[in-house]
Amino acid sequence: MDLVETNPSGNQAANLPTPFLKWFGEKGWQPRAHQLELLARAQGGENMLLIAPTGAGKTLAGFLPSLTDLVARGKIPPGSAFTGIHTLYISPLKALTVDIERNLMKPVIEMGLAVTVENRTGDTPQAKRQRQKLNPPDILLTTPEQVALLLANKEATRFFKDLKYVVLDELHSLVTSKRGHLLSLGLARLRKHAPEMQMIGLSATVADPMDLQRWLVPQGEQPSPPAGLVHVTGGAAPDITILGTDSRIPWSGHVSTYAIPEVYEEIRRHKTTLIFVNTRFQAELLFQTLWTINEDNLPIALHHGSLDAGQRRKVEAAMADNRLRAVVATSTLDMGLDWGDIDLVVHVGAPKGASRLAQRIGRANHRMDEPSKAILVPANRFEVMECQAALDANYLGAQDTPPVGEGALDALAQHVLGMACAEPFDPVELYDEITSASPYANLSWEMYERIVDFVATGGYALRAYERYAKIRKQDDGRWRVSNPQIAQQYRMNLGTIVEAAELNVRLVKRNSKGTLGRGGMSLGKVEEYFLEQLVQGDTFLFAGKVLRFEGIRENECLVSNAFSLDPKIPAYAGGKFPLTTYLADQVRAMLADPDRRVNLPDQVRDWLSIQLERSMLPKQDELLIETFPRGKRFFMIAYCFEGRLAHQTLGMLLTRRLERLGARPLGFVATDYSLAIWGLEDMGAMIADGALNLSDLFDEDMLGDDLEAWLDESYMLKRTFRNCAVISGLIERRHPGKEKTGRQVTVSTDLIYDVLRSHEPDHVLLEATRRDAASGLLDIGRLGDMLSRIKGHITHRDLDRVSPLAVPIMLEIGKEQVPGEAQDAVLQEAADELIAEAGLSG
Amino acid sequence: MHRLGLSPRTIVTGQPNGTEEILVHGVAAVCDPLGGLYLPETQTLVVSDLHLEKGAAFARRGMLLPPYDTIATLNILAAVIARYDPKTVISLGDNFHDRKGSEFLSADLRKMITDMARGRDWIWINGNHDPDGTTGLPGLSSDELIYGGLVFRHEPSLISSKGEIAGHLHPAATVRRREKSVRRPCFASDGHRLLMPAFGVLTGGLDLRHRAMQGLFRQETLVAHLLGRDRIYSVRYGSLMG
Repeated sequence: MDLVETNPSGNQAANLPTPFLKWFGEKGWQPRAHQLELLARAQGGENMLLIAPTGAGKTLAGFLPSLTDLVARGKIPPGSAFTGIHTLYISPLKALTVDIERNLMKPVIEMGLAVTVENRTGDTPQAKRQRQKLNPPDILLTTPEQVALLLANKEATRFFKDLKYVVLDELHSLVTSKRGHLLSLGLARLRKHAPEMQMIGLSATVADPMDLQRWLVPQGEQPSPPAGLVHVTGGAAPDITILGTDSRIPWSGHVSTYAIPEVYEEIRRHKTTLIFVNTRFQAELLFQTLWTINEDNLPIALHHGSLDAGQRRKVEAAMADNRLRAVVATSTLDMGLDWGDIDLVVHVGAPKGASRLAQRIGRANHRMDEPSKAILVPANRFEVMECQAALDANYLGAQDTPPVGEGALDALAQHVLGMACAEPFDPVELYDEITSASPYANLSWEMYERIVDFVATGGYALRAYERYAKIRKQDDGRWRVSNPQIAQQYRMNLGTIVEAAELNVRLVKRNSKGTLGRGGMSLGKVEEYFLEQLVQGDTFLFAGKVLRFEGIRENECLVSNAFSLDPKIPAYAGGKFPLTTYLADQVRAMLADPDRRVNLPDQVRDWLSIQLERSMLPKQDELLIETFPRGKRFFMIAYCFEGRLAHQTLGMLLTRRLERLGARPLGFVATDYSLAIWGLEDMGAMIADGALNLSDLFDEDMLGDDLEAWLDESYMLKRTFRNCAVISGLIERRHPGKEKTGRQVTVSTDLIYDVLRSHEPDHVLLEATRRDAASGLLDIGRLGDMLSRIKGHITHRDLDRVSPLAVPIMLEIGKEQVPGEAQDAVLQEAADELIAEAGLSG
Repeated sequence: MHRLGLSPRTIVTGQPNGTEEILVHGVAAVCDPLGGLYLPETQTLVVSDLHLEKGAAFARRGMLLPPYDTIATLNILAAVIARYDPKTVISLGDNFHDRKGSEFLSADLRKMITDMARGRDWIWINGNHDPDGTTGLPGLSSDELIYGGLVFRHEPSLISSKGEIAGHLHPAATVRRREKSVRRPCFASDGHRLLMPAFGVLTGGLDLRHRAMQGLFRQETLVAHLLGRDRIYSVRYGSLMG
């Protein structure tokens, strides 16, 4: 397929200075039309958005306006007055800044340009960061967190005064998160420092480019015209297949180990294979299993976010030099790393979203005129359908990227404190600045005041903390930080990515006396909650090795080599992305339409035809409910296909209702595809005799009082609250290795949540938590859409035993937490056991 | 959390159904689901690790936690006191979360404690968080107390366990049945020594199987008395989950 460009034009090369023309000529290349169009329009003063598939030369396009301007400026003579940075490049990934530095330095050196390029991330040594402040490079490659840090500094004005261009890479992935919200606020501040600066956004294809075009420019009362758009579509259609296998495809689970021999064969047949999985544990397991059958000792490496940074850099370097045959990776590699000659992408587990799949497949063969080759490996039978749907979608070019969303309040609180750290702020000026950022364009003055009050004294109705205020109003009406420690605290806690508490994992050796040695290699980090369940001697999988847990010393988890192939402690390996609405639609369509099932493997088709015999397959807009007994329990399965999060919320709400209706529900489990509830009463019989009415049960009114009541005691809300508490600066982040002050510094956010909710339920942080939960973890919006869609379309089948379609979810039962109400029942049972044991029962 | 539902207006009177009566070193003791231990012979109520003003202690260091933990904890304390009307109240250490806690306590909260203490003896045992005793509050402060055949101290001693009532460790236990697990604060006793659950609403728990608890109890006779919604659930150590 040819490249299709908007407004293609051949005579814009005039904007390109001689060294560039010469360089292109020496390489035997032509500047691409979209590169020239972007350059011309940026030189004309426009903010720009470039949407292009991977391999279209996006990075060079993004830097051309800046490089040509720098060439025109020429070298700054020694002894000149301080010059701030000229161009700020912001990427969501540290690895990407390193990669871009490498790729950008090449043309800069080859053209002999007098341009300095440096990167600055959390990994950059303190001395270098300090030097960068005194003597900034022309082009600084960095992450959103570093931008926030630089802006919260007293030197910010000086540092950014000469800023001409901001290049935002992977913009589509940045804008939808709290990280993007915080960055939008940072950009609003940058515009104050450098009113003339221009934005250049680089993005993969998105559902609605106008969202991004507006995001790039000031909003508020007099919004600027949206950024100009250069849209490159097309490229060669990828060659995607679903892995054929002779093995049985599992009913449930997420690990795809059944397909390892076939995957290994593919690695052998290709030069370099990139294997994507959805979670770290999937990566671990797959990597280890591959090595057990790696008879040819092929160089296969592992790359995921929890690994030690040094180890990751090594893998990245080996990849760039084409020294590896395969890398098993998680989403840390989703984004535009430009690496070596990858000729195959294997995607293990369902991709969960058509856009995500397209992104990952773009990794193979970084030249857009050749087709990328990819193989999908579904982990279970529902995923086979999902993969098939994603596959159809990729050919159709369907997009299901999430919307930008309202700016989060916790991120706003963090920003307000940061701005006070930079210099005292005038509240009205800051409000105007904040509402110029598109995610906060609708922020009310009242909410803004509550946030400022929250930052100052916690925002409590009981004004107990005036004497401990973090920011104070001066006589001139400006707010300043109370003391330098607050600014220090801000710097330590900055960022919107809240990791679970993690411990460093260190590999140690036992000496001849059997005691543990000191030192040893650091393997990466593991979540504390995972370690809590281990006792000494337990074996588990990490960093591609089976390790023996030895204990915890200070803030490190000590492990030794287990010399075994079978880890004892299994790790929960669920997919972390919920199924997108678009793919869910496609899977439902596939179930409804026999013609769409012809491409599915025999095993899956057989499974569905048995389902058709024993029960039924729902139509596209129909909700199928099955009830059946099993063991001493009665089950109700709802096939909603709305993703795990929405199903979890639905499960919570339905069990409350069923409890009230006397069905005595005991628990539920949710997958991406369906929801299973079990209880002590025969729900099938209750539906038959009218005691249970399904349309009432699934009525939209459950999103009213039931939702409110449940939210009050929800575990998920507590988890959301924890994130909000950390991001907003209410509690400090945990810094590994800096926790020596002991027990005094730790306090459970669950307890804080309980206390706050019972004494000040409308506190601004609880408001922030509810907003987050509604759009994020609880997926209430999606649940609402479903409830209205299925109105009048519920079909019930009462069966005498488990149906084929129910098998996958039945196998998931037993992995979930108990909902609040049932907790005392569990205690009762345990206590009864003691009574029985003591011969006291009866 | 049900304990937080209590307000000063909630008067809980009479003997609740859900208590558990046990013997510690031959002395009868009632474990109450609100987290207090009542000794009928001496009409004494024991509570431990109130950690009052924990929110304020954090606020002093720049973390502005909700300022409601003290009132919440005191409401629960008022409810247990109303339930047993004890002659003596022993608060077993870490009464305040830091040394400045009682000094900076607001007048309302100070009055609440004074009202509760009226007409009874009140003993503040010193803890590691508040080793210097309390400021401007009724009652006596002491490092330890021997009374009614029992020894009361904040940190369990490593030498002798006979008849010791201690706090400090915030014991909690996890029960697992089939696939479900529930974790709650608990009283822990092997008949010789008793470890109190932490009473304060912002206090976390340490699992009874944690190594810090090792050597304190005879495991064969150790029972965890878990705090349920409105009753105590007693579970033998061996049936707990690690």
